[in-house]
Amino acid sequence: MSADRREWPLYEVFVRGKRGLNHVHVGSLHAADDAMAVRHARDVYTRRNEGVSIWVVRADAITASSPDEKDPMFAPSGDKVYRHPTFYDIPDNVPHM
Amino acid sequence: MTTTPVEPEALEAAFEATIARHDRIEPRDWMPDAYRRTLVRQMAQHAHSEIIGMQPEGAWIGRAPSLRRKAILLAKVQDEAGHGLYLYSACETLGVSRAELTDLLLTGRQKYSSIFNYPTLSYADVGTIGWLVDGAAICNQVPLCRTSYGPYGRAMIRICKEESFHQRQGYELLMTMMRGTDAQREMVQESVNRFWWPALMMFGPPDTDSPNSARSMAWGIKRNSNDELRQKFVDMTVPQAEALGVTLPDPDLRWNEERGHHDFGEPDWDELAAVIRGEGPCNAQRMAHRRAAHEDGAWVREAASAFAERAGAR
Amino acid sequence: MNDEYAGDSSQWAFGTGFEDPLAGVDTTVPPGVDPAELAAYCLMLGDDALIMSQRLSEWCSRAPDLEEDIALANMALDLLGQARLLLTRAAAADPGVVPVLPEGSPVPAEDALAFFRDAEQFRNVRLAEVENGDFAHVVVRLLLFSVARLAVLERLRTSPDQVLAAVAAKGVKEVAYHRDWAGRWFLTLAQGTEESRRRLEAALDALWPYQAELVAPRPGFGVDPATVRDEVDAVLDQVFAVSGVERPDRAPLPGTGGEGAHTGALAALLAEMQVVARAHPSGRW
Ligand SMILES: [Fe+2]
Ligand SMILES: [Fe+2]
Repeated sequence: MSADRREWPLYEVFVRGKRGLNHVHVGSLHAADDAMAVRHARDVYTRRNEGVSIWVVRADAITASSPDEKDPMFAPSGDKVYRHPTFYDIPDNVPHM
Repeated sequence: MTTTPVEPEALEAAFEATIARHDRIEPRDWMPDAYRRTLVRQMAQHAHSEIIGMQPEGAWIGRAPSLRRKAILLAKVQDEAGHGLYLYSACETLGVSRAELTDLLLTGRQKYSSIFNYPTLSYADVGTIGWLVDGAAICNQVPLCRTSYGPYGRAMIRICKEESFHQRQGYELLMTMMRGTDAQREMVQESVNRFWWPALMMFGPPDTDSPNSARSMAWGIKRNSNDELRQKFVDMTVPQAEALGVTLPDPDLRWNEERGHHDFGEPDWDELAAVIRGEGPCNAQRMAHRRAAHEDGAWVREAASAFAERAGAR
Repeated sequence: MNDEYAGDSSQWAFGTGFEDPLAGVDTTVPPGVDPAELAAYCLMLGDDALIMSQRLSEWCSRAPDLEEDIALANMALDLLGQARLLLTRAAAADPGVVPVLPEGSPVPAEDALAFFRDAEQFRNVRLAEVENGDFAHVVVRLLLFSVARLAVLERLRTSPDQVLAAVAAKGVKEVAYHRDWAGRWFLTLAQGTEESRRRLEAALDALWPYQAELVAPRPGFGVDPATVRDEVDAVLDQVFAVSGVERPDRAPLPGTGGEGAHTGALAALLAEMQVVARAHPSGRW
C-alpha cells in the first residue's frame, strides 16, 4: 500500500485559553478545509471546553521571517522541506489550557 | 529566500554550541542529517506506540464494569490518540508527512513499543496498564520534556501532563478492586504477574546492548540510559506495590542498602527480541486492526478532500 | 498517589467541563409530578444516550483519521455523561425501577440500571442500538438522533423537574455540536465522491425506517417527542436540500423501543456491555 494520494492539509492551531490572554500556538492537525480544522481544533486541543477562542491557519499560508545570513542558525539548508515552522514557543512553565 | 552560502563547519559548530548550552533546536535551524534521522525515527516510533497502544485497553471500553470506569477508560484511550497526533505533528516539523509515517508503520518498516503486543485478559489489566505501563512511559517521557528538539519537548510536556492522570486512574482502579471481593484481588495479582516483566522491558535492552543510545544522549535527544530509567522505575514501583498489597513476581527483588537501590532479576531479553521481531502474542492482530482502520477510512478522507476542493473552486 | 483520588472524577483528563451541572439544583420531585412517570421519562432519555454512547465508543481506534477518532470519543463521552445523570435521576425519583442486587452490593444505582437490566427493560429507540456500519452509517445515525434529541432537550430546559432541566441545559450545548458535526459530514459525503454519496444514500436508506420512532407520541410526563416532529422534519429537509439528497421513501418500523420493542442487536450489545459487571455483582470498581 502507498501513502494517501491527497493528504488533508496541515493546519496550525492557536488558542486563547482565557480572556485577557493572547492566542498561543498549541499544535497542529490535519483537516480537509478551514471549517473542519476549527472543529478538529476544538476536539483535539480544547476537549470540549467552552469559552475559548480558536484560530486555525493553513501551515503553508504562514510566511516566516527571512533567514538572516549574519546568523548561521538561520541558514537555509538547501533541499530540506520545512513545512511546519513553529513560531510561538510555549515556555515549559506556562500552564496548559 | 536569501541563499548566501554559509560554511558547513560554521553550521555544525553553531548546532553543537546550541546543544552544549542545553538550548533547543528549532525546525528551521540547520541540523546534521543523522540528528534529523534519529529524531524522526524516535518521534515516529513513539507516535506509533501511542496509536497502537489504544488497542489493548480499547478492547475493554465496551465491557467496562461501571459507567464511571467506562468514561475514564474512553477518555484515557482518546488521550492516547491525541498523543499520537501531537507526536506525528512534531515529526511533520521535519518535513515527514503523517501519510508517510502511517505508511512506514503499516508496512512494518517502523516499530512501536513491544508492550502493546501483549494481550489484555481481564479488566484488572486496565488498572495494571495504567499503573505499570503508563508509569514506565512516564519514567521514559518526563526527561524528554527537556529533549534538545523544541517541538518534541513541547509535545512531551503536553503528553506528560495527561499521562500522570493515566497512571493515577490505573492505580486507583487497582486499589478499589483490592478492597472488593477475593475474586477481584486475585484478578489484580494475576494481572500484575503478567505485566511486570513486559513493563521492565519497555525501557529497552540493557545499556551494553543499546548501540544508538550514546549518540542520542550526546545530542540531548535522549536524557537517561535504559538501565538508569529501569532502576528508577523499579525503585518507584516497589513501595506502590506494597501499598496496594500485591507482590511483584521477581524472587531476586530486594533492597540493596549499599547501592541505595533495589536489586532485581534479569528480564528475558530473548522474549523482548522475539516480540520486536514480530513474534509477540498480538503483533499480527494489532497491525491488522490498524491497517483495517486506515483502509476503511480511505474513502472518507478522499471524499472530504474532494468536497473541499470543489468548495474552494466555487 | 493515594486515596485522595478515589471517588472524585473531576480531576481525570476527560473533558474540561468540570463544573457540576447539578450544583445548587433542587433535587426534590416537584409537587404534581408523578415520580414513576418522571423516572420512566428519565430512563427513556438516559437509555437513548447510554446505548448511543456504547455504539459510538466502538469507533474508538477505528475512525478514518486521528482527529475524527477524538471527535467521536468526545461525543460518546458527552452522551455517557448525560446517561449517568438521567439514570441516577430515574433511580432517585422512583427507587422501584432499580434492579435488586445481592445484600450489601456496593453497585451504585446508575450501574445497577445499566448493567443489571435485560434487553426488554431498556427504553431506548432502536436507531441507537442497531449495529455499526461504515462511517456514513455513523454520520446518518448521529444526524437523525441528534436533530430529534436537540429539539426535545431544548424544550426540557423549562421542565418543572429542576434536575431534568439542568441536565437538558447541559445537553443542549453538547448535542448542538453533535448535530453540527453530523450535518457537516452529511453534506461532505453527499457532495464528496461518487463512492461517498453511494454509501451515504445506502446508510440513509437503511436507517430511515428507525427515524419515525424518534418523534413518536409519548403521553405522560415530559416533552412529548411528537410535539417536535415538525421542527425535526424541517431541519432534516434543510439538510437534505443543501446536500441534494432525496428524503427516503421507506415505511417506518412498527412499535417503539419506549414500549420495549427492540432488535436482536440490543441483546448482543448488552451481552458485551454487561459481562464483567454481572460476573461480579458484589464487585467494587
Ligand atoms: Fe500516551
Ligand atoms: Fe497513557
